[in-house]
Amino acid sequence: MNKTCRIVNLQEEYSQLYQEHRSMIEDGAPEKMNALRAKAFETFIEKGIPSNKVEAYKYTNLQPYFKGTLDIAFSKEAALNGSSNKFHCSVPELDTHNVFLINGWFAHLEDAHQLPEGVVVGSIREKALEYPEVFEKYYGQNLGDDNDAMAAMNTAFAQDGAFVYVPKGVVVDKPIQLVNIMTGENDRLVFQRNLIVVEDNAQLKVMLCDHTISPQKFVINNLTEVFANENSVFDVYNIQNQHNLTTQVSGMYVHQKKYSNILTNNLTLHSGVTRNNIRVTMDDENCESHVYGLYLSDKNQHVDNYSFIDHAKPHCQSFELFKGVMDDSASAAFTGRVLVRPDAQQTNAYQSNNNLLLTQNAKINSKPQLEIYADDVKCSHGATVGQLDDDAMFYLKARGINENEGRILLMFAFAYEVIEKIRVEPLKENIRSLVEKRFRGEFDKCDSCVVCGHQGASVSCL
Amino acid sequence: MLVIKDLHAKIDDKEILRGINLEIKPGEVHAIMGPNGSGKSTLSSVLAGNEKFEVNEGSVSFNGKDLLDLAPEDRAREGLFLSFQYPVEIPGVSMVNFMRTAVNEHRKYREEEPYSASEFLKLMREKKKLVEIDSNLTNRSVNEGFSGGEKKKNEIFQMAMLEPKLAILDETDSGLDIDALRVVANGVNKLKSPERSTIVITHYQRLLDHIVPDYVHVLYKGRIVKSAGKELALELEEKGYDWIKKEFED
Ligand SMILES: Nc1ncnc2c1ncn2[C@@H]1O[C@H](COP(=O)(O)OP(=O)(O)O)[C@@H](O)[C@H]1O
Ligand SMILES: [Mg+2]
Repeated sequence: MNKTCRIVNLQEEYSQLYQEHRSMIEDGAPEKMNALRAKAFETFIEKGIPSNKVEAYKYTNLQPYFKGTLDIAFSKEAALNGSSNKFHCSVPELDTHNVFLINGWFAHLEDAHQLPEGVVVGSIREKALEYPEVFEKYYGQNLGDDNDAMAAMNTAFAQDGAFVYVPKGVVVDKPIQLVNIMTGENDRLVFQRNLIVVEDNAQLKVMLCDHTISPQKFVINNLTEVFANENSVFDVYNIQNQHNLTTQVSGMYVHQKKYSNILTNNLTLHSGVTRNNIRVTMDDENCESHVYGLYLSDKNQHVDNYSFIDHAKPHCQSFELFKGVMDDSASAAFTGRVLVRPDAQQTNAYQSNNNLLLTQNAKINSKPQLEIYADDVKCSHGATVGQLDDDAMFYLKARGINENEGRILLMFAFAYEVIEKIRVEPLKENIRSLVEKRFRGEFDKCDSCVVCGHQGASVSCL
Repeated sequence: MLVIKDLHAKIDDKEILRGINLEIKPGEVHAIMGPNGSGKSTLSSVLAGNEKFEVNEGSVSFNGKDLLDLAPEDRAREGLFLSFQYPVEIPGVSMVNFMRTAVNEHRKYREEEPYSASEFLKLMREKKKLVEIDSNLTNRSVNEGFSGGEKKKNEIFQMAMLEPKLAILDETDSGLDIDALRVVANGVNKLKSPERSTIVITHYQRLLDHIVPDYVHVLYKGRIVKSAGKELALELEEKGYDWIKKEFED
């Protein structure tokens, strides 16, 4: 059932919500999921929804966004609310395995038989029962010791999400696309919990696409745990494309074993308030990680990327690049925490954050945070904030290109570096054209889902 | 085609152009020479519409239009082209995208249909041949990592693409080896026609051996202090500028 909850004082009501609905929350959920709830709930209630008084959330006070009158679904029927399987995705140039979730709950997998042998894709609560050894080995094991309040909230409340398992040596050629559709007649709070396990020598590419198709306010707390085991290759592209009334807190927790190579790319093309928590734990030797992000914001939009790369073992390399273009009164923040533990000799860690501010009112706070406890390491970091280059602009004008076209070319040129890092060719093409559209002001988040082309209601153009 | 009357321009309250008068008729080639810092690039920038410089006096008419009243992009669309002394590197903007946007903006201005991708590529291929520019260059970002010579050739390539009525070549020959110089000169000469005019800004006679000027002017301290036929260039090559400076200061 959908429970409508009026949240004024945060902890008080969230606590009550949890306690009153505990049996529903736990009903049908895997044992391990339920076993972790109590402690997570304690952490969450103790810390609460972070305000900007919490150091890690200094630039994003989440409290106001988690207040209000919100619907929460405590069962699949309530989440789907009759909208079941009627979504279909068909963008010919993007050949993917499509998984649909509605308000955070698994709804539908297209063409399941086309998945390579042994690959498991489905609802986390269902697949956990079928594959208990995998689930119990990994679920909740990679949240680190930071006790992030939002991760704890997710662990306490989440009931469903996607489960993806790729067995040893299997290469999944086509990317798996997890499309989460947010819909409903009332404002809504959505939880989603994904678990992705890529076994030794396996390869997987995942796209996450959260899409609002009704004009209500949506508050999302999603969390994806990824385990990239020995010599695996894993990519995740998180395409954030929602209307301005959306608040999204998105956790991506990647755990790496020996010789694994991972890439995360948060492409925030349009959203209200976005907070991405990206944590990569390099827990074995010779890991390589690529952590990228592109944020394009205007009006009053706000994007906060908080990354934490944990170099726990020697001989690992991390490459981090975040770029942002801010227009109007948009604001953004970047924190790049890099921890090189005493053991992690011969670490290479590169980080950069570059920002383009188009107006006087746009704002960026960029904060590298290097904590280095080993001596044989190469670390570099750099942050830049700039405006459009006048000389380049004049050069373009001198060739007959007007101010507006010139701006688009130069903004695109700025964003280009992150787009080029996409390792899925058709997606790269797609993102290129979307970014260009976004800069042209033709980007119609209401018309279609960025990735799947899903038609949205035009009323959601906010 | 171009009539400049008593043009004054300044930057940060420093007057750099101090009363320029110059008239250029269709088909003519004018060379502007002069010591460093005399205002040659400033004159080019002002004509192209660089807003860094403030025009505080004078007028410029270009094919009957008030040039100073036009936005820089409209000056280009009206047929004015500046080959920059220092072409700007623009990482991330591909040459193809840049030129296609520019060419189609020109076409739109003339109320012509934009070129399709294939028409455009055909045009580009033709012009590349004309100016002997390496294909690799057009596959890269605008001027990014180009050598000095490559940048200058790229300017001539862009000129060939845009077919201007008046081209201003600001020291396009500086730093070029003899081959690149020939390419630049050929590019200019191939585009020559009775309707098209060229202003060649240079320090050296050698470019003027290839692009023969009808008039040579000497710009000094923001004014044209001497104008004559092509023989003036030879004289300058031989004697330097000191005699002009002296003459002017007396
Ligand atoms: N952006 C600028 N800011 C300040 N002074 C400038 C600027 N550009 C040119 N100048 C000055 O204007 C004068 C003329 O420069 P320029 O037009 O580049 O000469 P030329 O091209 O003849 O060598 C010089 O004294 C130069 O220092
Ligand atoms: Mg100069």
